[in-house]
Amino acid sequence: MAATSTNPDNREAPGGPGKGTGAATTTPTRRGTELVLLAFAAVIVTCALTLVNLNLESQPPSQILYYGLAFLALFGLAHLAVRRWAPYADPLILPLVAFLNGLGLVLIHRIDIGNAAEAERAGDAFSPAAPSQVLYTALGLVLLALVLVFVRDHRTLAKYSYTCGLVGLVALALPAVLPSVIAPNINGAKLWIKLGPLSFQPAELAKILLLIFFASFLVSKRELFTTAGRRFLGIDLPRARDLAPVLVAWAASIGIVVLERDLGTSLLFFGIVLVMIYIATERAVWIAIGISLFAAGCLAAYSLFGHVQQRVDAWLNPMTSDSGYQLSEALFGMATGGIGGSGLGGGRPAIVPYAKNDFILAAAAEELGLLGLAALLLVYLLLTARGLRAALAVRDSFGKLLAGGLGFAMLLQVFVIAGGVTGLIPLTGLTTPFLAAGGSSLVGNYVLVGLLLRISDASRRPQQPSKPQPQQPPIAEAHTELVERPR
Amino acid sequence: MNKPLRRVAMAMMAMIVLLLANATYVQVIRADALRNHSGNSRTLYQQYSTPRGQIIANGKLLASSEATDSERFKYKREYANGPAFAPATGYFSFVYGRGGIERAENEVLSGTADSLALNRLQRMFSGQKQQGGNVELTLNPAMQQTAYDQLAGSGVRGSVVALNPQDGSILAMANSPSYDPNRLASLSSDEQQKAWNELSEAPDDPLVDRATSTLYPPGSTFKLITAAAALETGKYDYNSEVTAKSSIKLPKVDAQLPNYGGATCGTMPTAPLWEAMARSCNTAFAEVAGDIGEKKLRETARSFGFGQDLDIPMGVEPSSIGDIENQAQLYQSGIGQFNVRMTPMQNAMVAAAIANDGKVMKPHLVEKTLAPDMSVLDRTDSEELGQAVSPDIAHTIRDMMIKAEQYAGDEGKISGVQIASKTGTAEHGEGKDPHGWYVAFAPAENPRIAVAAVVEDGGNVGADATGSKIAAPVARAVIRAGLQGGG
Repeated sequence: MAATSTNPDNREAPGGPGKGTGAATTTPTRRGTELVLLAFAAVIVTCALTLVNLNLESQPPSQILYYGLAFLALFGLAHLAVRRWAPYADPLILPLVAFLNGLGLVLIHRIDIGNAAEAERAGDAFSPAAPSQVLYTALGLVLLALVLVFVRDHRTLAKYSYTCGLVGLVALALPAVLPSVIAPNINGAKLWIKLGPLSFQPAELAKILLLIFFASFLVSKRELFTTAGRRFLGIDLPRARDLAPVLVAWAASIGIVVLERDLGTSLLFFGIVLVMIYIATERAVWIAIGISLFAAGCLAAYSLFGHVQQRVDAWLNPMTSDSGYQLSEALFGMATGGIGGSGLGGGRPAIVPYAKNDFILAAAAEELGLLGLAALLLVYLLLTARGLRAALAVRDSFGKLLAGGLGFAMLLQVFVIAGGVTGLIPLTGLTTPFLAAGGSSLVGNYVLVGLLLRISDASRRPQQPSKPQPQQPPIAEAHTELVERPR
Repeated sequence: MNKPLRRVAMAMMAMIVLLLANATYVQVIRADALRNHSGNSRTLYQQYSTPRGQIIANGKLLASSEATDSERFKYKREYANGPAFAPATGYFSFVYGRGGIERAENEVLSGTADSLALNRLQRMFSGQKQQGGNVELTLNPAMQQTAYDQLAGSGVRGSVVALNPQDGSILAMANSPSYDPNRLASLSSDEQQKAWNELSEAPDDPLVDRATSTLYPPGSTFKLITAAAALETGKYDYNSEVTAKSSIKLPKVDAQLPNYGGATCGTMPTAPLWEAMARSCNTAFAEVAGDIGEKKLRETARSFGFGQDLDIPMGVEPSSIGDIENQAQLYQSGIGQFNVRMTPMQNAMVAAAIANDGKVMKPHLVEKTLAPDMSVLDRTDSEELGQAVSPDIAHTIRDMMIKAEQYAGDEGKISGVQIASKTGTAEHGEGKDPHGWYVAFAPAENPRIAVAAVVEDGGNVGADATGSKIAAPVARAVIRAGLQGGG
C-alpha cells in the first residue's frame, strides 16, 4: 500500500481496475444512458405484449403491466451488475439485447397461443415454450453477471486458450460420438444432448470456447500466417504448412456436416475461423483460399449427401419440393404480412412448422412486416457493430480479435438463419440469437454478450495499464519498486 | 488489426443489406404473386376471419356472414333462400372460388375496395374489427321468388329475366334448375367437394346461369326485331300488307317454310303487318326479312344489344344472329330460327327497349354499395346504351304486341292490366320438344316491368308446347307479383 500511495505515475492501482480517480471524471460511464434505453426497450416490449393480448385476448390486461415491470426489473439487475463490474461498458449493448430478448419472448408467447389452438383442434397435448424461455433468460442474465464478475480482464482468458480449445472441440464432437440414447437425432440433426428433462446444444458453448482459443492462437502465431510462400499469379501464397489450421477447421466443418448433419453450424464455424484469420493477418488471400475450400466442400457435400440435396431443392423450389413446405409457408406468411405486417396477433405464424425456433424471423416478418423485420436486422447490425467498435477501440490484439470474432459470429449466425427463412440461401438449422426459443442458444449468447461487455469496458476505461496485467502480478510489481526506491 | 476489422464491419453491413433486399423482394415485389398463390392458405383464412358484407335486396337479406365456433373460419356465409336467389348472389367457396355478385363485388364485400379505404382507417384507429361493405341489389324479392317458384315448382328447366324498362335495373333473374350456395359455402371442404361434384355432374347444368349465359334460339320473339328493322326502312308500317300464305318455298332450295300448324294468316290472301305479328305468321316475317336484307337486320339487332359485351356486373354472353350464307337462311333467321341465338337477358332488353320508347337501358343488378354502417358508398346510375328505334316505331311495335297478347293464351291473365307481349316457339333440333318463349311488358301504356321467360324442351307439355302455353303463365305471374308488390 505504501508503494502505491507514493507512486508518482498516474498508474493503475494494484487493488484492481476502475478505482482511479483522475480521468474517471472526464470519461462518462454512460450507465445512465443504458438505463434510459433499457426502460425504452421495456416500453416497446410491453406495448408488443399488449398488442398480442388485444388481438388474441389471452390474459387480463392488468397482468401485462406486471410482466413489463418484471422484465424491466430483470434487466435492471443486469444493469446494476454492469454498473458494478463493467462501468465503462458500451451503453447500447445491454438495451439492444433486452429489446431482442423481450420481443422474442412476446413472439414465442404469441406463437404459443397459435400452436395451442392448433393442438386443441388436433386433440394433441401442448406445453407452451414462453415460460421456460423466461427461465432461460434469467439464467442467461445470471451467467452474464458471472462472466463480468469472474472475467475481470479479458486477457486472462488467453491463458486458458488451449483448455478452451480442447473443451470446445470435445463439446462440438460430443453429440456426434455419443449414443442416440443421450444424443438423439432430432429433425435430421444430431446436435442435442439429452439428460432426463434437460436438453442442450453443446455447439453454442463450443462456439465461444473455440473463439477464445482461436483468438489466442492467432495472436501468438500471427507471424506464421504472414510469412509469404511462393508467389503465384501475383498473389503471395502462404506456405503449405501454414495452411494447417485452416485445413483443420475445414476438416472439422466437414466432419460436422457428415456426423451431425448440420449445415448451419458447419458454415458458421468455418466462416468465423476464416474471418478471424483475416483479421489477424490482414491478408485477404486467406478469405480466397477459404472460400475455394468451402465451395469445394459444398459441391462434395451436395453430390454425396441426400439431405444436402434435399435442402437445396427445398430452397430452389419451395412450392413444389417435398421438403419445401416449411419455407413456402414462411414465404406466404411474409408476403401476406407485406410492408406493414398483419400486426402482432393478427397473422397466422403458427402455420409454419417450428415457427418459434428456426422460423421466428418469418413470424416477425409476417406480423411486423418488412418494416419490423428491417428494424430487427438493423438492431442486430447495431449490436454486432458495437462489438466491432469495442474491437477497434481496445488496445490489445487478443481483445481485438476476440471482440471482432464474437461480433462477426453473431451477425453471421443471423445472416445464415435469416437468409435461410427468407429464401436467400438454403435453409440450415441455426437459432436466431436472443429471439428464438431455445435455452442453450439464449444462455450461450448471454455469455457472448458478457464477453463483449467486458472488452468494451476495457476499451473505454480511462486508465489503462501500460503493460499487460496478467504477465505481471501486482505483488511482484510492488515488490520490485519497493526494492528500488531507497537507492 | 484495425483495417481488417473495419472491412469486416463493412462486410457485415453488406450482409444485412443483402438480407433487407431479399426481404423487400419477398414482401413487396413478389408479395402479390405469393399472396394469390393457390397454395397460400393464409389468404383463405383471412377471407374467413372478418365478417363479409351482406347482399340485400329491397330490405331482404340474401347473403350474410354468421360467426362460427371455428378458429380457422371465424365466419360462415349463409344464404337465405339460396336456390331462388343463387343466379344473383352466386356462391362463396374456399375450394371453388366465387360466383355471381360474390365474385363481381368481392372487393366491397370483403372490405378491400378502394372506396372503403377511409372506413378501414377509421376502424383501425377506433379499434373496431375490420368488416366488409354491403351490396344492395335491384332485385324485387317477390318477383324473384315468384319467377323461381313458377319454374322450379313445376319442375321445368328455363329462365326468367325481368327488367325495369326505364332505368334498366334487374327486377328478377331466376333459373331452373338452380343450386343451393349454402352447400358450397360449407366449412367442410369435403362437403363442398361433394356438392360441387354433384352439381357439375348433374345433367341439367344447375351451376350455369341460364339468364345471362345460355344462348337459346329465340323463335318468334325475334320477329320483334325483324318488325323493328322493317319499320325502320320506311317501306313498312302498322298496316302494310304482307303475305298470308300458310307456307312458302324457301328461295333457291327445295324446302318449304310453313306457318305454325300450317295455318294461314287470317282469311285473306294478304294480311296487315300487325296481324302477321299477332298471329305470329312465319311466312310473312320470312319474306319481310328477305326483303329488307341481312345488313338491315343485323344493324337493328345490334342496336338492341346483339354482339355487345355487357357487365351487369357479371358478364353477359353476347347474343348473335349467326352466319347467314344465302337468302333461305335469311328467311329462317327472320323468324328467329337457323343460327339466331339469344340469352333471356337480351330478350328482356328487347322488350324493355320497346317499352321505353326505343331507348335501350343497360341492365344492372347492383343498386348501391354500402359501407358497414350502411352509409352509401356508390350508387349505380342508369346508363343508356343507345336508341334502338325511334319512339314512333317503338309505339307501333307496342301496339302490335298488344294485339299479339290476344293470341297468347289466357292462362295467368291479370284483369285490369294490359300486357304487350310476343310469344315464341323455337325448334332446336329434330325430335326435340321446342323451347317456349314469352317476352312482354306491362302495363302497356305505362310500362313498369319488361320480362322475358323461356321454358326449355316443351316444359311439361311436350311436343305440343308453345310459348303461350308454357312460358306465358310464368312471365304473367312474375308481372303480377311485380305490379302488386309495387315493384
